[in-house]
Amino acid sequence: MNETDIGFWGVPLAMFAGAIRVSTPFLFVSLGECLTEKSGRINLGLEGTLVFGAMAGYAIAYLSGSPWLGVLAAGISGCFFGALHGCICKLPKVNDIAIGIAMMLFGTGLAFFFGKPFIQPQAPHLPSISLGGWSSLPQVQSALEINPLFFIGVLLAVVMWWAFKNTRWGLIVRMTGDSAAAARAMGYSVDLVRFLATTVGGFFAGVGGAFLSLYYPGAWSEGLSSGQGLMAVALVIFARWNPLACFGAALLFGAAGALGPALQSVGITQGYYFFNAAPYLLTLFIMIASVSPKRSLKGAPGELSITK
Amino acid sequence: MADIAQQDGVPAMAGGLAETMDRLRRSSEYVVIPLFALVVAGLIFSLFLFALGQSPAMFFSLLWKGGFGTGFSWQNTLVRAAPLILTALCVAIPARLGLVIIGGEGALVLGAFTGAVASIPLVNAGAPPFLVLGAMLVTSVATGAVWIGIVGALRHYRGINETIASLLMSYIAIAIMNFFVEGALRDPGNPNKPSTQPIGEANMIGEVPGLGVHWGLPVGIVVAILLWVLMNRTTFGFAARVTGGNVRAARAQGLPVGKLIVTACAIAGACAGLAGFFEVAAIQGKANASLAAGYGFTGILVAFLARQNPIAIVPVAIFLGGIAAAGGLIQRRMGMPDATVQVLQGLMFVVLLVSETLYGRLPFFRAKGDRR
Repeated sequence: MNETDIGFWGVPLAMFAGAIRVSTPFLFVSLGECLTEKSGRINLGLEGTLVFGAMAGYAIAYLSGSPWLGVLAAGISGCFFGALHGCICKLPKVNDIAIGIAMMLFGTGLAFFFGKPFIQPQAPHLPSISLGGWSSLPQVQSALEINPLFFIGVLLAVVMWWAFKNTRWGLIVRMTGDSAAAARAMGYSVDLVRFLATTVGGFFAGVGGAFLSLYYPGAWSEGLSSGQGLMAVALVIFARWNPLACFGAALLFGAAGALGPALQSVGITQGYYFFNAAPYLLTLFIMIASVSPKRSLKGAPGELSITK
Repeated sequence: MADIAQQDGVPAMAGGLAETMDRLRRSSEYVVIPLFALVVAGLIFSLFLFALGQSPAMFFSLLWKGGFGTGFSWQNTLVRAAPLILTALCVAIPARLGLVIIGGEGALVLGAFTGAVASIPLVNAGAPPFLVLGAMLVTSVATGAVWIGIVGALRHYRGINETIASLLMSYIAIAIMNFFVEGALRDPGNPNKPSTQPIGEANMIGEVPGLGVHWGLPVGIVVAILLWVLMNRTTFGFAARVTGGNVRAARAQGLPVGKLIVTACAIAGACAGLAGFFEVAAIQGKANASLAAGYGFTGILVAFLARQNPIAIVPVAIFLGGIAAAGGLIQRRMGMPDATVQVLQGLMFVVLLVSETLYGRLPFFRAKGDRR
C-alpha cells in the first residue's frame, strides 16, 4: 500500500466532495423554487429552465470564451422562462401545475433544439477555488477544489433566509403567499409579486443549470439533467420553505447523488443504476416521512396549490 | 363543473331542432377552443421557423407528407398512436378525479420490462405463444396497475403530491429496468445493446390483417371506449367525477374517496402497462433502454388536448402520432434537429393551457339569456 492510497476512506471523501459538487445545482434550483413557492405559486417547469440554462450557459461560454458570461446568460434565459410562467399563470382558470409540466417539456425541447451544435465542442470550465493546499494527499486536495458558485449559493441561502424575516420585500412575498386577499387589501398587486418571484426564481434555476454544463459534469449533453429541477420541488417541501434548510437538504441530496460515482471510484460497479436511483428514492421516502394528509405543514405558504 | 354538466347532457329530442342546435353551439366550445389553440401554436411555430430562416410552408407540407400523406406514413403514424392512446388514458382517468399523474412513462417501461421477464422461463420451456403472451399481458398490466396505484395510495393516505411522486417513480422504474437489463437479466447473446432475452419471432404479436399496424391500436381504441363508458355511464364514473369536482362534497356524500382514487390510478397504470406489453410483444421483442421513448410524456399532451375525454384521445393520439412520425422526414429534408417535434409539442402544450382561460368567456358559446 503506497502513501496516497486511502482505500475505502475514498468513499466518504468522494461522497463529501461529491455532495458539494452535486448539491450546487440542487441548491440554486431549490432556492429559486423556494422563492416562487413563498409567493404562493408552484413552478414545476424549473426542470425545463435548468436544462435550457445548462445549454444557454454552455453555448455562450463556448462562443464568448468566458464561463462567467455563460452563467449570466443562463440566468437571463431562466428569467425568460420564469417570466413566461408568471405571465401565463396570471390568467384566470389556468392551472400552475399543468403550465409547469408544459414548460418542462417546452424548455427541454428548446434546449435540445438549440443545443445540437454544442454537443461536441469544449467550452471553458468555471474555475474552482483550491482549499486543500494544507494536505499532501491528492484525493483530499481534489475533494477541496470547490466551485465559487457553491459559496455564492450558500450566501444566497443565508441572504434569502435573512431577507424573508427582516425586510419589507420578504414580508410582501410571504404575505402574498399566505393570503392573496391580505396582500390586495394592503394595496400590493398579487400578480406582480408572483410574477417577479417566479422570474427571479427562474434566474436561480438557470444558474443551477449553468453549473451542470460548465463545472460538473462539465459538458452539455441531452442527458445532462437527471430530474434535479423536479427533485428541487420535493426538496423545498422537505425543507419546509426555509432557505437555510434548503441548503442542508441540497447537501443531503448531493451526497445521495454522489453515492453511485463514489462507489464506482473505488471499484464497486455492481448496482450502478441502483445507486443512481438513490436521489429519487430518497426524495420519495422523505416525502412519505415528512408529509401528512391530516395537518398542513409548518411554514407552508397558505396559497400554495400542492398543500391545499 | 361545466365539464360534468356538458358530458352528462343527452341530446334533447323534446325541445326540437332549435334546442339541439343551441346545445351543439354551446358544447362546440370544447372543440373550437383547442383547435384555435393548435392554429395559434402553428402560427407561433411558423414565426419561430421563419426567424431561423426555414420555410414554414415546407415544414407543414413535410409534416403532412410524413404523417398522413401516404399509406406508409399512415402506418408509421398509427404504430406511434397505439401507445399514445394508452399512455394518454393513464393521464386522463386520474384527471377526472382531479389528479395530475405524469408518470405514465415509468409504468410503460416497467410493465414492458416485467412482461419481457415473465416470458423468459416460458420461452425457454417451449410454451405455446398464447401462453407466453397471456403471461406477459397479465404481468405487464398488473405491474402498471400496481405502480401507479402506489402513487394513488401515497396521494390519499400520505397526502403526497401525485404529480411529483409519479414522475419520481418514473425515474425509479427506468433505473430498475436498467439495473436488471445491464446486470442479472442481460442476454449474453446480444453483446451490442444490453437487453433481456428476446421473446422470439414465433411469440410476437402480428399485425392486424390489411392494416399494417399491430393489435395495440384496435385494443387501445376499445379500451378508450370502455373507459369512456366507465367514466360517463356508470356509478363508478359518476362518483369519480364528483370526487374530482369537490372532494369534501364527495366525502360528505359518503363516497369511498380513497378507494376511488387508488382504483382510478390502478386503471390508469394498467393502461400504461398495456402499452408497455404491446411495445415488447409487437415491436421490440425484448426489453431495453429504447422502451423509454417518451410515449408517456407525449401522452400527457394528448390527454390535455383531448380535454381528458377518453374517446377524444383516439383522434388526438393519431394526430400527435403523425407529428412524431413526420419527425424523421423533417430532420432529413430540412436538416433540423430531431428535437424540432419536441419544440412544436411543447409550444402546443403551452398555448393549449393558455387557451383554458377562454372557456366561458366567449359570448358565442353561452346559453341564451346568459349575460355575464
